[in-house]
Amino acid sequence: MNPEHRNPDLKPLFLTGAAAVAWALVYSNLEFLPDSFLRLTGLDRTTRFGEALYFFIYEAPKVLLLLTAVVFVMGVIHTFVSPDRTRAMLSGRRSGIGNAMAASLGIVTPFCSCSAVPLFIGFLQAGVPLGVTFSFLVSAPMVNEVALALLFGMFGWKVASLYLAMGLIVAVAAGMLIGKLGMERYLEEWVQQLQNSAVSSEFTSEPLRWHHRLREGFNHVREIVGKVWLYIVLGVGLGAGIHGYVPENFMASLMGSHVWWSVPLAVLIGVPMYSNAAGILPVVQALLGKGAALGTVLAFMMSVIALSAPEMIILRKVLKPQLIAAFAGVVATGIMLVGFVFNAVF
Amino acid sequence: MKDVKILGSGCAKCNLLADAVKAVIAAENINASIEKVEDIQKILTYNVLSLPALVVDGEVRLKGRVPDRAELKDLLTR
Repeated sequence: MNPEHRNPDLKPLFLTGAAAVAWALVYSNLEFLPDSFLRLTGLDRTTRFGEALYFFIYEAPKVLLLLTAVVFVMGVIHTFVSPDRTRAMLSGRRSGIGNAMAASLGIVTPFCSCSAVPLFIGFLQAGVPLGVTFSFLVSAPMVNEVALALLFGMFGWKVASLYLAMGLIVAVAAGMLIGKLGMERYLEEWVQQLQNSAVSSEFTSEPLRWHHRLREGFNHVREIVGKVWLYIVLGVGLGAGIHGYVPENFMASLMGSHVWWSVPLAVLIGVPMYSNAAGILPVVQALLGKGAALGTVLAFMMSVIALSAPEMIILRKVLKPQLIAAFAGVVATGIMLVGFVFNAVF
Repeated sequence: MKDVKILGSGCAKCNLLADAVKAVIAAENINASIEKVEDIQKILTYNVLSLPALVVDGEVRLKGRVPDRAELKDLLTR
């Protein structure tokens, strides 16, 4: 008999409960820290420095707390959705429904760019169509939990859900278009030979107990938040500086909604840049606060995290340059459209 | 002797797993040969979708994450 059955490890359960209570306590008293800090130092929010400092001490913990909560929940969800299970669900799907499923599964399936190549080929081998595979590859990095958590924390649920919807639309449309273009011949030859090589997409998932899932949640927090917290703090710091010192509407002339070329320019600058949602969002928030248009800023953010030079280089191992160009071109165009739509609506 | 392979194309987590495996094998005195497989075409023959992966005696025992010491010991000695 498995010893863990007789003696279930309750520690993660208690830990989760205690952490949840502590989280709620801190989150509902976010003003306490900056208020007491300003009082102690005698600074005032009416001064630029005081306001910047207040912004920083209020925003940094708030964003980190939200991120921790979402990353924990996603860590637990990841124990239910493995890439293998996703592949089994997508195998042999037709265009359309397959693309929609791939884009949605891209949000919840654990994905790391270092696994992009084995995942890409593994999907093709099991008979997942090329376009459907691309829908997954676009949505997985772009519409991820970190981006959504930060958007929700900084701009509220409306912007977060719009980003989610737009991200899914871009992923589905880009994948369907690439599927339509019939670009299979632009896969590297050795990859073409592997396509539909009748690899079984069957998988066995290890039955996990709840304390294992919770432990994975904590591991995920340690892994993700441990990696990005510094970027967030630096980003919020930069944002606080802009918030306090850059005059209102300074960005309106550069990135405002009436400047039509601001969207393509933002995408052009964003595509080669490599950052994660965590690093880019605080800057995004600061730009937005100074009059930059929402669509322009979100287009910039999407292009930074959905397309990047290092990812292209990794994918070059399996794709010929024509297909990489088509991929980048289709996704960039989609992002631009999203930017224009946002600017027109808001 | 156990045949232990670590599949990974040089990402940070892959190196973490390799170090952890080496440490456990040394600490537990496990008689094993360790090989890092970095060639993507060889990795593909194991039909894994997420890296890093741990292969013991030809069987994929772990993929996509770096486990703690106790779990790793169990995976290596099972």
